[in-house]
Amino acid sequence: MSAVQQPTVPVKSGAAGSAKFAGSDSRKYNYFDPKGRRATHYEDMTVDVQPDPKRYLLQDWIISFADGTPTYSENWTEAKSSDWHKYRSVDQEWERTHYQRQSTICGMIQNVVENGRRSGAPKRFDPAWVKILQDHLGAYKHAEFGLGTSTMQAQRYGYTQMINNAILTNSSYKIRFAQDLTLYLSEIGLDIGGFDENAGKAHWLQDPIWQGTRRAIETIGGATDFLEQYFAVNFVFEPLVGELFRSGFVMQAAASQNDFITPSVVSAAEGDYERNLANAVELFRMLVLDEAHGNHNRMLFKSWVEKHGSLALEAAHNLQPIWSQPRVKVAHFTEALELAKNRVRAIAAETDIDVRHVLEA
Amino acid sequence: MPDGISLTKITAQKGISIGEAAKRVADLGWTPSYVQEAMTFPTDYKIKKAPRDPMKQVLRSYFPMQEEKDNRVYGALDAALRGDMFRNVEPRWVEWMKLFLAIIPFPEISAARSMAMVARLAPGEELRTGFTMQMVDEFRHSTIQMNLKKWYMENYIDPAGFDITEAAFGRCYATTIGRQFAEGFVTGDAITSANIYLTVVAETAFTNTLFVAMPSEAARNGDYALPTVFLSVQSDESRHIGNGHSMLMSLINDPDNHQLIERDLRYAFWQNHAIVDAAIGVLIEYATTDRDKNKESYAELWHRWIYEDYYRTYMLPLEKYGIKIHHDDVSAAWDRMVKKNYVHKTAQFFSVGWPLNFWRIEAQTDKDFEWFEHKYPGWYAEFGDYWKWYAKLSKPGETIMTFNTETGYIYPHRCWSCMVPCLIREEIVCDEVDGKIYTYCSELCHWTHKTAFSAEYEGRSTPAMGRFSGRREWEDCYHGWDLADAITDLGFVRDDGKTLVPQPHLRFDDKEMWTLDHVRGHTLGSPLRTIRAMTPEARETHLAEYRKGFKINPLN
Repeated sequence: MSAVQQPTVPVKSGAAGSAKFAGSDSRKYNYFDPKGRRATHYEDMTVDVQPDPKRYLLQDWIISFADGTPTYSENWTEAKSSDWHKYRSVDQEWERTHYQRQSTICGMIQNVVENGRRSGAPKRFDPAWVKILQDHLGAYKHAEFGLGTSTMQAQRYGYTQMINNAILTNSSYKIRFAQDLTLYLSEIGLDIGGFDENAGKAHWLQDPIWQGTRRAIETIGGATDFLEQYFAVNFVFEPLVGELFRSGFVMQAAASQNDFITPSVVSAAEGDYERNLANAVELFRMLVLDEAHGNHNRMLFKSWVEKHGSLALEAAHNLQPIWSQPRVKVAHFTEALELAKNRVRAIAAETDIDVRHVLEA
Repeated sequence: MPDGISLTKITAQKGISIGEAAKRVADLGWTPSYVQEAMTFPTDYKIKKAPRDPMKQVLRSYFPMQEEKDNRVYGALDAALRGDMFRNVEPRWVEWMKLFLAIIPFPEISAARSMAMVARLAPGEELRTGFTMQMVDEFRHSTIQMNLKKWYMENYIDPAGFDITEAAFGRCYATTIGRQFAEGFVTGDAITSANIYLTVVAETAFTNTLFVAMPSEAARNGDYALPTVFLSVQSDESRHIGNGHSMLMSLINDPDNHQLIERDLRYAFWQNHAIVDAAIGVLIEYATTDRDKNKESYAELWHRWIYEDYYRTYMLPLEKYGIKIHHDDVSAAWDRMVKKNYVHKTAQFFSVGWPLNFWRIEAQTDKDFEWFEHKYPGWYAEFGDYWKWYAKLSKPGETIMTFNTETGYIYPHRCWSCMVPCLIREEIVCDEVDGKIYTYCSELCHWTHKTAFSAEYEGRSTPAMGRFSGRREWEDCYHGWDLADAITDLGFVRDDGKTLVPQPHLRFDDKEMWTLDHVRGHTLGSPLRTIRAMTPEARETHLAEYRKGFKINPLN
């Protein structure tokens, strides 16, 4: 047997620059418009990986749900956009940066907890504070888990890879933090006699103080609009309940109860939230500023604020008794709530969404 | 230092066990009582038993572990550049990576999305952590693969094709099978897609050929980057296999589900075979320059990974739970691999349509012929002349194979189900479904469309099952177009506005490269439109002729 020999030009190297020919210098992904002058690494990793018939998906979606809904549908949210592909997450996360950040947080928490325990710190926590950690931080970890599972659900529905990945990392942060709290409480429980690690869940399920929060979380989980879930998590629940409890209570009160460990653990969630919030603000701002659909979206978001805001405010008010429980009282609920409302006002101002009807009610 | 003193001993303190940590983390969930979770992705399965988490890992150990794996991957990429890897890499291999890496990030991220579908369906919370980790893993896989592709683009001699990668993925006549694969993970019945098709079959069976066999071949071609990335990816798969099996065990517990499990295993196994073996078989056998006769062929790898590992140790044990396993399907797939030349016919199809691809495919040579004949006796008689023609016609200005009446090649029909054409011509099936004529590559693909993807299965209502949709026959999109216009519309033209991205050779010289002018004057057509336009009698005659196959004319 013999093949026809090709007249080949010997290739001495497969390296860039070893020959010059048409296209030999085309060394950038060239199928999308970067947000800035040059594409960021995040954009290169993310843009157009989830295809779209409006862009390059020549054959359209080729499998549908039984009712004819395609693999991805713009109708999975009431919000509308002239171009969903414009969105870029502010934190620019792709896998490497996500693992680096998550791993750093895990290491930070582990060091703080290990070193604190080694110095015998949990035994010196004020007893009334120990009960607060056991009952209320123990209850709150379930709220974080609820936010994580809601966003895990929501990351299936977005119309672009950029939106879905931002929601995915949000979920990853929330579920990690729920686990951080669970394991932290279990570990200090080893050092503190009589610590009941099951008490938190009992309070979550039964304590009237937490029922408003649970209702708010379950309402977010029950929403069928994925953007409503993402909105309610970051624009409503996090500032009015999550941050209120984390920053407005735990982080302020802990030091006075001889507890320097808990604020460090909880601070990770505040850092996470700043990034999740920035990503969410960018998305909802884009939708509100949409020339064709801005007004529709603004009205829609107002209705979401109304639905979830009233639940979150009720949840916040229900938590008020916790502020009275520490032996040394350094944080005041009314001040914390006002700060939380101001946070919502600031978010609303960034995104031009009317929240007065809920906050001033 | 006295004996017995170590840093670990000094710093050790009482902690909670891994099992206890996993148990407490699993207790984070609760049954809602104010508002029920929205059940947005339907399934016809009943899931009564909470699945167990076999891995028992928590995120605080997961994230540092993954970061460490990443550090090794990125360190290795830097080392490869310092070692001047691209000076010695085989361009034949890297060219095919333009196809492979265009396809794979979308299936990966689809797997992340599918975790939303199974996580909400599974009762109990134990496996939710497993699903969470898989979701983040898949985010890892998708973006780490995009990074590898960018790295090739920046450092390989010919970046064209990498530079248009995701746009090309959405349009190319070959990547269409990858889209069928990925959409299958996230569309239709949530358990069918996210559990059986994705984790129980694709990840458990076929990732071994994708992520283990392919890296070995990459290394043989001087590419040390792909093994670094993909073996790291594969190290996550054991967790996913555990998730899939655990969910399957909770489904299998209810005999009501057995009929659906049987249907879905059948569909998923066959379609994974049709798609993955077509793509990965071609990459392993035709993208390589290594013709060591002692190495395993794709067929031998398939026997090891799919037949021995998957069929014998994973599928067969399901029989003891009362699941009917279709042994004949596995035999039929094996026969297609070793007796009916499925992989070689796919390579022929990919290469015959080279102008509509976005990578270079060079002709197989004498050295390749010998290896193929050694591994697949009879290969030369069927494919030798084809590749000789291909080499001859690789010069700019020759009439390409599809439109060259001298070669004897006949363009195939597409399979409406797996999207690979009906390459084993004697197995073509043509039938009417819902009043329309379709063609299929095999009886099982016909069954998949007509019977499995339907609102009723063997008398049982299956309202959650997905449907095939869209413009599934690629050729239909450019029916009646001039080839040059189609290539322009696809965007497969280099930045000088005339030279094609794809080339039928590895000659990196403008003088040797094809331009739009070289391919103008040929009209594309849809085989499905043609067969639909025939009278029933003419169609039968056409199909009888098609089943006889074709013979490539000798080239001396």
